[in-house]
Amino acid sequence: MSKQKAIPTAGPDFEHLLAQDVVIEAAPGAEGAARTGAQAIEPGHSPVAPLSRAAGAARALPKPGLMVDAALQREVEQLLFLQAELLDGKHWQAFIDLFADDGVYWMPVTPEQTEWEGSPSIFAEDKLMMEIRKGRVSHPNAWSQAPMWETNHVVSHVAIESMSGGTINVRARFHMMELRRDDVRHFGGSYRHTLVRDATGALCIKLQRVDLFNGQAPFDYVLQIWV
Amino acid sequence: MNVQPLVEPDRVHKTVYTDPAIFDSEMEKIWEKTWVYCGHESQVPAPGDYYAVKIGRQPMIMVRHANGEVGVLYNRCPHRGVQLVGNLKGNTGNTFVCSYHAWSFHLDGSVRAIPLAKGYEGTRMTRENPDCNVKRAARVDSYRGFVFASLAAAGPSLGEFLGEARIAFDDMCDRSPASEVEVVPICHRVIQHSNWKFFMENQLDALHPSVTHQSTGIAAGRVEKRLKAERGSAPLYYHYLSTFASSFEMWDSVQTINFPRGHGILKAYMGLRPQDPDTLEYEALLKQAYGEQKKEEFLSRSIHHVLVYPYLSVQSPLQQLRCLRPLSPDKTLSEIWHFRLKGAPEAIYRRSLWYYNLVNSPATMINADDLENWTKGQWGLSSNGGDWVSFHRYAGDDRVENGVTYSNHGTSEAVMRNQFRAWSEYLSA
Repeated sequence: MSKQKAIPTAGPDFEHLLAQDVVIEAAPGAEGAARTGAQAIEPGHSPVAPLSRAAGAARALPKPGLMVDAALQREVEQLLFLQAELLDGKHWQAFIDLFADDGVYWMPVTPEQTEWEGSPSIFAEDKLMMEIRKGRVSHPNAWSQAPMWETNHVVSHVAIESMSGGTINVRARFHMMELRRDDVRHFGGSYRHTLVRDATGALCIKLQRVDLFNGQAPFDYVLQIWV
Repeated sequence: MNVQPLVEPDRVHKTVYTDPAIFDSEMEKIWEKTWVYCGHESQVPAPGDYYAVKIGRQPMIMVRHANGEVGVLYNRCPHRGVQLVGNLKGNTGNTFVCSYHAWSFHLDGSVRAIPLAKGYEGTRMTRENPDCNVKRAARVDSYRGFVFASLAAAGPSLGEFLGEARIAFDDMCDRSPASEVEVVPICHRVIQHSNWKFFMENQLDALHPSVTHQSTGIAAGRVEKRLKAERGSAPLYYHYLSTFASSFEMWDSVQTINFPRGHGILKAYMGLRPQDPDTLEYEALLKQAYGEQKKEEFLSRSIHHVLVYPYLSVQSPLQQLRCLRPLSPDKTLSEIWHFRLKGAPEAIYRRSLWYYNLVNSPATMINADDLENWTKGQWGLSSNGGDWVSFHRYAGDDRVENGVTYSNHGTSEAVMRNQFRAWSEYLSA
């Protein structure tokens, strides 16, 4: 790819323009390298993400879900479905109880982020912080809670990605509609649950990572409760 | 437009929050004239790096030139007016190329190539014509790495505009052993359904926290107290939240300082200088860099946040900055940034980050209630239920010295009275 080829400065330009490579995908080793005008004018969708890949480039291929025992698949799915219903029913403590004692709910800002601690995040909450959020939204003078609001979650595409040493890694998709006063908002994205078993053998959540599909667009108002 | 009848020393007319004509006048006479914050130099570290930014109603591009300087251009091709960049940020290489007819420009906006240049021979639009260049902001300047632009060729310098409010950037950068900060490349963007003035007034309104934020303050205080009982101490970030539920008396003891041009300071109240090992290590680095006396001067400034009127709230002790981009009388975009103190330990960054995540994120447990208040405020002021907005609290009680108003009570509405003095001057100019 002759990305270094100069933009023509004069003359019959059309041939030069045709001869130029239009580079949309990030070239190997191109991180930090100067990008072409063609890259720059490709409308992007990731205004705050690091420039780790060009806007039009594909992500890594998804791993197919494991063909696990049907009972385990059902057990995992039922946990995720229950979690969604607890949120919609405003059962905050029951929601928190699904997490392991050292469990974490994390909503990063960009897909590239890998660590919940030390990262700018939308949510980064251990169980103590979840307790504060629960206490806050339940307080009679939580003013933002006064308007009528409801949510409706749909969870699907539940795939067990890997299992090792008692840890189960699950990915799923969600769509959440929120009604607040007279307005509806939509939030979509993917969950990644890291599940373990507690002393009783029940599945619980060690880490729930939530990648909000529209988390990099401006928020019209804010989120008040876990998605 | 004559705004004098709308602004009295202790009250303002509701239309200053709701009238589209007044909003247009604000855009024209304030945002598109005075110095407006574009971003931090570290947002565009390499030549060709750009960041699209709005100055008033004008779409602009902050771009790093080949010579290392940061410039600000109109995002508009001089040929047919198409915007040159379509993304919020990126790198354009060494050229801007218009996607419509391939006119190309150097990073400073000067024209580089016009396709089919011979077609322009004998016309007015040959490349020697300055109209072939991308129009630049009339003035660009920076202070300690923070870049501002003015779309008016004449007017006060950036230094004159900032005045005493430059302490926002001094206080942030002086806390770095290297004397500078760099941006954390994440920007939270939240739309407020209210006039921009609600935010600016609220920032220094010391009566509102214990009312607006009591639910979070109380819930956090309960957990903080339990942790202290169980473990002897609780991380500082619980205090970020619990302190909002302080008494009216405490808030009344926090002074505001109100400068000309509407700028202001809310003095410190959070106690952000603990004596844990991380802090001591950090303070030793500052002492090494500046000496004991300067270190103490830098760390003992009493600042919670600084307002650069009419669009910035800078929380310098926690290295956070919120910038307003008004969209319409009842819609305001806020951009929320966090900065790293260069040369400071990771633990100091992480401690501030908790504030960014808990208070300033789009899942904030604090601003959610502010936003609800401002939305309802906007609706209330749009009604015929009354014409005036009251700023009477402790009117006549403040101390004025050399044009600076010091509140005797933290809850004095001196803040709003001062902001509207500046607003009125801007709009009457």
